[in-house]
Amino acid sequence: MNWDSIYIMRHEVLLSILILYQLIVDLSEKTNKKYVINTTIGLFIVYVIIGFMPTPPATLFGNMYINDSVRTLLKNILSFSTLIVLLQSSSWLSDPAHQQKTGAFYLTIFSTLMGMFFMISSGDFLMLYLGLELATLPLTLLASFDKNLRRSAEAGIKLLMSSAVSSAVLLFGLSMIYGIYGTLHFSEIAALANNSALSVLSLIFFLSGLGFKLSLVPFHLWTADVYEGAPLPVTTYFSVVSKGAALFTLMLVLHVVFRKQSEIWSTAIYFLSIATMVVGNLFALRQKNLKRFLAFSSITQAGFMMLGFMSNDAVGMSTVVYFMLIYGLSNLAVFGVLSIVINQTGKETIDDLNGFYSTNPRLSLIMLISLFSLAGIPPVAGFFGKFFLFTAAASKGQYFLVLIAVINATISLYYYLLVVKAMFINKNDSPIATLRSTLYEKVALTLCVSGVLLIGFISGTYEYILSLMIQFN
Amino acid sequence: MNPLLILIIIPILTMVSIAMTRDIKNVRIFSAIGMSAQLLFSLALLYMFYQERNSGNSDPMLFVTSTVWYESFNIQLKFGIDGISVSMILLTSIVTFAGIFVSWQVDFLTKEFFISLILLATGVFGFFISLDLFTMFLFYEVAVIPMYLLIGIWGSGPKEYSAMKLTLMLMGGSALLLVGLLGIYFNSAPDGGKLTFDLTEIAKNGIPRSAQMFFFPFTFIGFGVLGALFPFHTWSPDGHASAPTAVSMLHAGVLMKLGGYGCFRVAMYLLPEPAHAMGWIFIILTTISVVYGAFGAIWQKDLKYINAYSSVSHCGLVLFALLMMNETATTGAILQMISHGLMTALFFALIGMIYGRTHTRMINEMGGLMKVIPFLSVVYVIAGLASLGLPGLSGFVAEMTIFVGSFQHTDTFHRVATIVACSSIVITAVYILRVIGVLLLGPIKNDHYLEMTDAKWFEKIGGVTLVIAIVVIGVAPLWLSNLLREPLGVIVQQITSDL
Repeated sequence: MNWDSIYIMRHEVLLSILILYQLIVDLSEKTNKKYVINTTIGLFIVYVIIGFMPTPPATLFGNMYINDSVRTLLKNILSFSTLIVLLQSSSWLSDPAHQQKTGAFYLTIFSTLMGMFFMISSGDFLMLYLGLELATLPLTLLASFDKNLRRSAEAGIKLLMSSAVSSAVLLFGLSMIYGIYGTLHFSEIAALANNSALSVLSLIFFLSGLGFKLSLVPFHLWTADVYEGAPLPVTTYFSVVSKGAALFTLMLVLHVVFRKQSEIWSTAIYFLSIATMVVGNLFALRQKNLKRFLAFSSITQAGFMMLGFMSNDAVGMSTVVYFMLIYGLSNLAVFGVLSIVINQTGKETIDDLNGFYSTNPRLSLIMLISLFSLAGIPPVAGFFGKFFLFTAAASKGQYFLVLIAVINATISLYYYLLVVKAMFINKNDSPIATLRSTLYEKVALTLCVSGVLLIGFISGTYEYILSLMIQFN
Repeated sequence: MNPLLILIIIPILTMVSIAMTRDIKNVRIFSAIGMSAQLLFSLALLYMFYQERNSGNSDPMLFVTSTVWYESFNIQLKFGIDGISVSMILLTSIVTFAGIFVSWQVDFLTKEFFISLILLATGVFGFFISLDLFTMFLFYEVAVIPMYLLIGIWGSGPKEYSAMKLTLMLMGGSALLLVGLLGIYFNSAPDGGKLTFDLTEIAKNGIPRSAQMFFFPFTFIGFGVLGALFPFHTWSPDGHASAPTAVSMLHAGVLMKLGGYGCFRVAMYLLPEPAHAMGWIFIILTTISVVYGAFGAIWQKDLKYINAYSSVSHCGLVLFALLMMNETATTGAILQMISHGLMTALFFALIGMIYGRTHTRMINEMGGLMKVIPFLSVVYVIAGLASLGLPGLSGFVAEMTIFVGSFQHTDTFHRVATIVACSSIVITAVYILRVIGVLLLGPIKNDHYLEMTDAKWFEKIGGVTLVIAIVVIGVAPLWLSNLLREPLGVIVQQITSDL
């Protein structure tokens, strides 16, 4: 280890320092919650800024760990989303009704984030598996963080069980890979990859394992319950950061390791994508609870993301990352508004939002913009993200899939409009009172909304991502 | 600075200034100033267009400006206009101008209303000046989505149902359109060059025949949904009936024209072969639209439904004429777009004004309005006469040209279709005259009608502007058809040359 390698691993190293800080700062019973929150957010901002520094491509630990500009970009997207989650969770954490330690919350969140970074940076399936477990186990803790609430505990157990199953499936796939190729190193497998029956089977097992994390249909069953039961900041984290990490890992592994087998995995993803979009949509149509509603909406969005995998080149990868960035910002904005509503009123059904615009015009507009972005309506960023995903799929002649996807996008517009209708059109004699938001919440919402409004118009964002992805061609 | 960008900038500035004011009065004044400026600028643009043409510039597109936007997908911000676009821009600014004055009395969430209305208009302006399919599609959706809020919040009757139906059907149409556009994009460089969304470039390169056949239905139906193509027209009567006055005006007057314009400029221009091969299917569908819409209007008792069905009929006639694919008929089609845009906007404006006074739109509950509100009644008669094609008003010029053009085809199929579509003129006369008879003439049915006041100043501005435009086109149509002849010639030649 020298300074260079620490610099290359700076995301992980700095996160470890933040974790250690949480252990120390929360030792005393008398520590002020506000103090912990403010210092942690301050330190995290410094960390995010350092993360944006350029990274030379490098490998560590005998190719177990890889970092380059693409992986740094992916980590930065996740760190930035986590920062927004932290900002949004501040008022929930500082609520005196909470008996839990704030430090414990941050500690678990940073641990999962570190696990996700190891997943992204892995150059070896063993490393990937370690990262996955490090990411998953603290997540189950987070899901049951409201330990006095039954449904939160239930969410934790559900997540634990389904993660265990998915890890087992994944591990089984990995063991087959080791059996076939005699190695777990990405570069060696990529060179040896062939289309033997066993290797196809191992690929399918691997896909299924990560499919759980991405909540692709038919591996989505845990999603709605966990989203509903977990505390809202944790749900936000699930729907953006955790999903993003799984998506990025899947993308890297499929393109780096299994590139030669792209015909096989794109066929599998073709069907997964259709199933995910259709089932996610059909279930989302009937949801009354906003958290469950967003759970199914995020399943549908994962189905859209799979369209980018149809194109096994740099364009496909960059549209996926670009879409994830926009989806993340839009979803964070929606959850940001919801967290203000739920924290202060405890109401979480769509009907509770009736007449929301009359009392909270700004929050309603933010919600409107971000829902339109999720639905893919111009001129907000979601339109560009979706259009480019569809373009990537169409570039390989998958017009039928694109047709299914655009029909599903229209269906999804229906339920997004239901929320818009509740806020703007439905009458309510006693709408939610005017809500106050803290500085942190305002900053978080401003960041998300300005991103959603501007990213589409600034073509440089997409071109930058594409220019990084070219190296995978 | 390119003059076309000003068409986008004026509405955006207007929206921003409205968003910053607090006073309802200022909201109205800013919208009025902004849209008057837009109207004046459109007239100036027409003048500049003539100047440029007279100075010998014979490019098919004038004032072309192009900036690369997304380099890797070769998406450009490319704007330019020809005679068709100029006349559509003029139509849009007249209708928007009138719409602002007609909705002067909107008092619920006034600011939001005017912003949404102007956003809708911005989308339409952007659509008409775009020469890049991506930008065009973007503006198309920008124009459609504010409708949901406009109908849902400020509408009447079953507004939530209508708003949802309209939005989902139009977005469903644009979903098909997206597949069509992507298909065009990926076949835009058959000889291996760079793929492009550029309309003129694609027309020059040509698209392989098999791809044309596959993607034509997507593109044509995608735009056709907005143009009220039978059987995808069902959003139109409900949507128009529930929408607030200015929105009905803009929607029937302008937004539905996006459909016809797109069918012609994108679907038929870029994919000419299937336009010939499959044209007969759509000619049958549009003939049904024309006749069915007219019969539908006879049966309705609600003034707005009558006008909405009549719009289905008239917009069907636009698509019908475009599919005839000769110069005369297509000139008629564009004239019909403009003429229908003006008179249907006038109709909806008047219906809104009458409804504001009588609080009913059912024709059998009203009567004798001519005696109490003579100004509105006379204007209503003018709109009606324009609609049924009285010479001297715009409707006659348009329909005459369409039927003369479509009768130029010598084969039985086209002639039968023309004769069937012609019958709509008679049916139109039936429902227009019936409404005028019941509504305006006869005894006054309700005593409180006697207390009604005639049009206020802002209503007069809105109505008179539209009447002037209708009369100008009716009396002096030549300048307009000359304006259209040249670009239409180019497009028609492109469509027919490959045969």
